Amino acid sequence: MNGRTIPRIMWLIINLFSISLVKRSEPSKTWTALTPLLAVIFTMIAGGLLFMILGKDPFLALRVMFWDPIFGEMSFYFRPQLLIKAAPLILIALGLSICFRAGIWNIGAEGQYIIGAICGASVALAFYPYESVFIFPLMILVGGIGGWVWAMIPALLRTKFNTNEILVSLMLVYVAEQILNSLAIGLLRNPEGNGFPGSRNLQDYASASNHEIWVGTGAHWGVVLALGFAVGFYILLNQHLLGFQTKLTGQSPRAAKFSGISPNFLIVICLGLSGMLAGLAGLFEVSGPSGQITIGFNVGYGFTAIIVAFLGRLNPLGIVLAGLLMALTYIGGELAQMQLGLPAAAIQAFQGMLLFFLLALDVLSNYRFNFRFRKAS
Amino acid sequence: MLKKLLEINNISKSYPGVVANELINMNIKEGEIHAVLGENGAGKSTLVKIIYGLVQPDDGSMMFNGKAYAPEEPRFARNSGVAMVFQHFSLFEALTVAENVSLGMEKPPSAKELSKSILKISEEYGLPLDPNRLVGTLSAGERQRVEIVRCLLQNPRLLIMDEPTSVLTPQEVEILFETLRKLASEGTSILYISHKLEEIRTLCHEATILRQGQVVATCDPTKKSARELAEMMVGSSLTAPARGKVSLGKPLLEIINLDLRSTDQFGTSLNKISLTLHKNEILGIGGVAGNGQDELLAALSGEYICASNSIKLNNIAIGNLSPNKRRSMGILAAPEERLGHAAAPDMSLVENTLLTARVRQGLSKNGFINWNKTNEFAKKIIKQFDVRTPGPNSIARSLSGGNLQKFVIGREILQAPEVLIVNQPTWGVDAAAAADIRQAIMDLATNGAGIIVISQDLDELLEISDNFAALNSGNLSKPKSTKDLSMDEIGLMMAGNAIKNDTPLEGTRH
Repeated sequence: MNGRTIPRIMWLIINLFSISLVKRSEPSKTWTALTPLLAVIFTMIAGGLLFMILGKDPFLALRVMFWDPIFGEMSFYFRPQLLIKAAPLILIALGLSICFRAGIWNIGAEGQYIIGAICGASVALAFYPYESVFIFPLMILVGGIGGWVWAMIPALLRTKFNTNEILVSLMLVYVAEQILNSLAIGLLRNPEGNGFPGSRNLQDYASASNHEIWVGTGAHWGVVLALGFAVGFYILLNQHLLGFQTKLTGQSPRAAKFSGISPNFLIVICLGLSGMLAGLAGLFEVSGPSGQITIGFNVGYGFTAIIVAFLGRLNPLGIVLAGLLMALTYIGGELAQMQLGLPAAAIQAFQGMLLFFLLALDVLSNYRFNFRFRKAS
Repeated sequence: MLKKLLEINNISKSYPGVVANELINMNIKEGEIHAVLGENGAGKSTLVKIIYGLVQPDDGSMMFNGKAYAPEEPRFARNSGVAMVFQHFSLFEALTVAENVSLGMEKPPSAKELSKSILKISEEYGLPLDPNRLVGTLSAGERQRVEIVRCLLQNPRLLIMDEPTSVLTPQEVEILFETLRKLASEGTSILYISHKLEEIRTLCHEATILRQGQVVATCDPTKKSARELAEMMVGSSLTAPARGKVSLGKPLLEIINLDLRSTDQFGTSLNKISLTLHKNEILGIGGVAGNGQDELLAALSGEYICASNSIKLNNIAIGNLSPNKRRSMGILAAPEERLGHAAAPDMSLVENTLLTARVRQGLSKNGFINWNKTNEFAKKIIKQFDVRTPGPNSIARSLSGGNLQKFVIGREILQAPEVLIVNQPTWGVDAAAAADIRQAIMDLATNGAGIIVISQDLDELLEISDNFAALNSGNLSKPKSTKDLSMDEIGLMMAGNAIKNDTPLEGTRH
């Protein structure tokens, strides 16, 4: 058998069938629920193959990534980490989900996250070293407003000038990054930091620190708020008019307009809400796990949250699970990096594959395969 | 006896869940105009697609001109001498007539020769056409001529026409029929697909009637009444909608010099439209598709906002109010496009109930939706309008066209509107459902509502409306009493300024 025989035989077999996609009369509920699970399984298989090509034991790698952080001997350390990483993802993804449902493509949550963090941290730094219980709530307020304002830019440009919110929101991420860098070495730099870039560490400032509520759980205010918002969004989407209006506008813009929904109103509301949540996520991060405004403060939560939103089916409870899973790939990925020497890019490849498989398998909820033997012609 | 040109033997074709054609047998003779008559979903389109090679049958065989015939692609069908004019044209607006024709040919001759042969054919068959005009400047009737000429250039033995008159004015229909009769007299066979009974009775020599995928009858349509044909098509006896005698009440809705610039490049702007709608009145608005029907409905429903004084309800200016404000005042509307405009295809009937019934039925409170109440109202619509569906949680696109239309119309009627505007209420709806819908509209008017029915089905408008007006390029003719109108008058109203349109206006070119 030479190398070309196998492909040839496969080609012949493929040609015996004709495969076509047939649209279902109703989307299949089973497949809609099953696709995220299948996507995870397929990603594990493809990821395993990838690790094999890299010369690692695929089973060991998968164990280190997905099993050890939750059930391994170091899990007491990793489990709280899971919540800390999942909280911003869930917060941002909840906001994105309402945009995506309405067909408004906010790709710039990363920028809104940065601006929220900067605004919230600025409040704290302005009050330093004055102690008061009102400082942290004020930071939350200003952080949320900061994200909201940053999201209003694409919203207003879209409603006034019909610009494309995908491009505008995405490009504003880079603007936000430049502002972050400039502030980290300029206006917000720690005067006692020996000239190093970065602000004071808010973890050392009691009134501004987003500490663990219960020691050892990792649950800071952001985690609690993320879960609270998930429940709130569940009610909003299922019981409130806004949930109905976003769904209707996303699925059928013309019917939405006929129904009396103003597209511009919805753009402002949805982008504003998602910007606010991204801003809050940034605030909780800068006042807690990260502690300071510094170069490279943002690590891509705003982009990963897009995957989380879709993996969770744009459904609040699904998003909580997807956020935890995605957090696991971060932590497990780092662990695999340390223990097995896997490249850092492998984690991103992993996350990318997850979205890819999910979108590919999504076809099955609306279409089904039709196999049939080709008639000899 | 005439020679058989096409023989269809036991053709069957099924799609998952439906049998589109079952053991169809049919013969078309040379020089015959043969009608295929049936309701929407009876299997007409599938049959025609099989003959033209767009779809392969599961079973059965065909003979064309004495030889076995099984086209795998339209190309083979064309080479055998079968040509087809589709209901929806496939023409490029930015190209000339001749360029469009040449694009459809496998070996186009030189531009000059082609223009010559187009002119020759168009003169021979009474289809005036200028090969150098841009298609974008042509009317629907003229565009159809381009498609016909394109087919005739291939010297077809069999010409298939799919619902050809749906876009034509009565006068244009006459011209088309002359052409088809001449073609038939020269030996070309014509397969004529339609659900319009009168047309088939005046034009066709033979009719094959399909119902649920099967041939239920073959007859000479000239020897049957329209009613007999309809009953064969539907399979049951029909009661024509009827309405007690009513006199018009006080003026309800006034439109005064309504101007609306269309924002859509291919939309139609409305020019100084004026009309008065009374209580108990059904005002029919006719006209060929694309003359401002969608825009008029949108202006009345509130999707487009216009000058506040241009629309008045009970003397209150409402032209600048939102759809929901208008609904609360009693103006309801049902747009033409069921899927995607009147209803969201992938949402359940309950959700689609909320789409327009929220304000008038109080289906929400403080922004929270009362799903129980919405569900109840959806069930009421389904029950009272006999919507065939497994239940209110089925998604809209799983319903047949007729059933979804009954749902959409029922949703508005059960909200007890003062004024109802409907666009194409029975388009693509089977005859029984259409009769139900017309009856419901008439009952609503009898009970005191004013109704505007926009439709391209003249028979429908003449049957149900008290007054008739026609839209032409965004202009509305003066409404006239339907009783006193002749078909010729209606044609002239629909054509409006047809004479002006023949000289291309600079402004209409893109």
